[in-house]
Amino acid sequence: MTLTPSEITDFRALAALIIPPSAKYTIPGANDDLIFADILNSLGRDLPDVQSALAALATIAGAPLASLPQARQTEIATHLRTQGGTPIAVLTRIVLLCYYRDDRVMLSLGLEPRPPFPKGHVLEQGDWSLLDPVKSRPPIWRPV
Amino acid sequence: MLEKVDVLIIGSGASGAAAAWSLADTRMRILCLEQGDWIKQSEYPTNGRDWEARQFSDFHPSPNKRGRTTDYPVNDDNSPIKVLNFNAVGGSTILYAAHYPRLHPSDFRVKSLDGVADDWPVDYATLEPFFAENDRMMGVSGLAGDPAYPAHTPPMPPLGLGKSGTRFAHALNTLGWHWWPSDTTLATTDYDGRAKCINLGHCTFGCSQGAKASTDITYWPRAIRAGVELRTRCRVSRIETGPDGMATGATYFDAAGVEHFQPAEIVILAANGVGTPRLLLNSASAQHPDGLANSSGQVGRNLMFHPYASIYGYVDEPLDGNKAPPLCLWSHQHYETDLSRGFVRGYSYQLGRGVGTITEAITSTAAGRLPWGEGHHDAYRRLMNHRIGMAAICEDLPEEHNRVTLDPTLKDSNGIPSPKIDYTISENSHRMLDHAIARAKDILHAAGATDIGVDRPILFGGWHLLGTARMGTDPARSVVNAWGRSHDVKNLFIIDGSLFVTSGGVNPTSTIQALALYIADTIKQRLATLFD
Repeated sequence: MTLTPSEITDFRALAALIIPPSAKYTIPGANDDLIFADILNSLGRDLPDVQSALAALATIAGAPLASLPQARQTEIATHLRTQGGTPIAVLTRIVLLCYYRDDRVMLSLGLEPRPPFPKGHVLEQGDWSLLDPVKSRPPIWRPV
Repeated sequence: MLEKVDVLIIGSGASGAAAAWSLADTRMRILCLEQGDWIKQSEYPTNGRDWEARQFSDFHPSPNKRGRTTDYPVNDDNSPIKVLNFNAVGGSTILYAAHYPRLHPSDFRVKSLDGVADDWPVDYATLEPFFAENDRMMGVSGLAGDPAYPAHTPPMPPLGLGKSGTRFAHALNTLGWHWWPSDTTLATTDYDGRAKCINLGHCTFGCSQGAKASTDITYWPRAIRAGVELRTRCRVSRIETGPDGMATGATYFDAAGVEHFQPAEIVILAANGVGTPRLLLNSASAQHPDGLANSSGQVGRNLMFHPYASIYGYVDEPLDGNKAPPLCLWSHQHYETDLSRGFVRGYSYQLGRGVGTITEAITSTAAGRLPWGEGHHDAYRRLMNHRIGMAAICEDLPEEHNRVTLDPTLKDSNGIPSPKIDYTISENSHRMLDHAIARAKDILHAAGATDIGVDRPILFGGWHLLGTARMGTDPARSVVNAWGRSHDVKNLFIIDGSLFVTSGGVNPTSTIQALALYIADTIKQRLATLFD
């Protein structure tokens, strides 16, 4: 089971409303070819919820979302988000988790586009003298 | 029929592994049945770019969401806190945060000290050598001298403070409150074949480096070398009993769904505070119509989770985010009873570092903090790596109506009835949560945080499954005795979190394992008269 062409078209338009491209940060929106392909490939077990959210969207819009005036599209997106519920939360989660692992987006955030392993990260030790006031306290555990 | 073993352990997690290793020096024939698989370090999420996404799918902490073939479903609809676990060699030590406090001495004496619940039939001093032995085996990092505990010395130095820990330290010092680097099972030096932590930052969902102690890489290699057999993909459906009322072994399904009977002289249950009562209730027979070892009616009752609250805010500089283990410090300032606070018993804080980029986006979107549309990018840049937060872990007192029963319709893939959870948060716990959230806000304000957020209780927060086959000296009010042996079935032992008489206000794994080692040691001491 996959999304229908009309569901995909609506989904892509909604993705752009959730995360639009930014000229300020020179990054694509969630409707970008690569990112949206990742989104479609990542539906997996969440497909039924996404279909349900898109069905709700189609009912509210009454026409392909992208064919509507921009102001009406934004109004519909706001309505969907305000209405809430599991399906739209799941759809939003998939959009976000694919968007924020895109190389271009990560680089714009100053992040290295790589998995944590094997390079890891560096953690500063900090100033352990901060612990001196605590060390000077008497025991606070309750004797029995 | 399969060949009889001396000791059959059901479950290979925190407690089962510790007991298997300890009992191995008896040279008895020991077999452990585990319903899950071995998990390779190369399978953990931090190996791939989709590492954050997998916490919502095949590494989700809820078995209902995760839905692996090795999982069993849990009906937790009637609970504000959902059951979490992991089914594999190592059990839920595969999927835990590695925060590793011990219960306090006072936790074992709550009736005597505070007039609530019951005292435990063991105490901190009795368990102390087993805490220390377990610290060595699991490999604990931390710092000696914590005024919140009797003296003990973790074998490795603590994790660094980092930027987040430094912020918290200044804030708590300003308030004059207790804090200390957490005991963790993260190796801060190379330790016993494990490479040291390199700050992958996603410890809870499995450590690709192997720096986090899970029993598949600590106890099990040693136990197997000592001759213990570990049989995976074996899901136990019943413990069987003979005409004399003693356990004769267990029936289980293998990976192909074929049913076997494994005979044994001694049966040890280590299947966690939901899995163990489920199995005992599923083992009902004409002799034991209300479930095995349940003449007291206490099997499945007194379920304790630890109600958690998450309290967090945002500061004006980037902190550690996900670039280090998620938990760094603890505060036990409000752990011991002070009735002027409006509740009995207490809580601790797990002070965190931050969250990953995707987790920040998802949780802030859900909270309404991160908008859709034009303002999204600017808002996200103000949030990312600026989060500072903590979890309050509140002592959950036992109440008989909080319980595990068998669901009348829900079954696992082998047709075994699933557990059903009925649980409510007590008024005392609500008052404790109120206090913990208010004081957490004090800490966050002292740390310079704004835009405070609270999740209460944490919905997917049922990590700690406790109390459902509790220990005690009175057979009418407890399931097992002071050393884990069933009052009713003298060759049946329980060694997991089900034993807990009370929950304390800290993560229980260290205490679960110390108890398992203590019970295993007692079995060894009493072998000649074990069934008397």
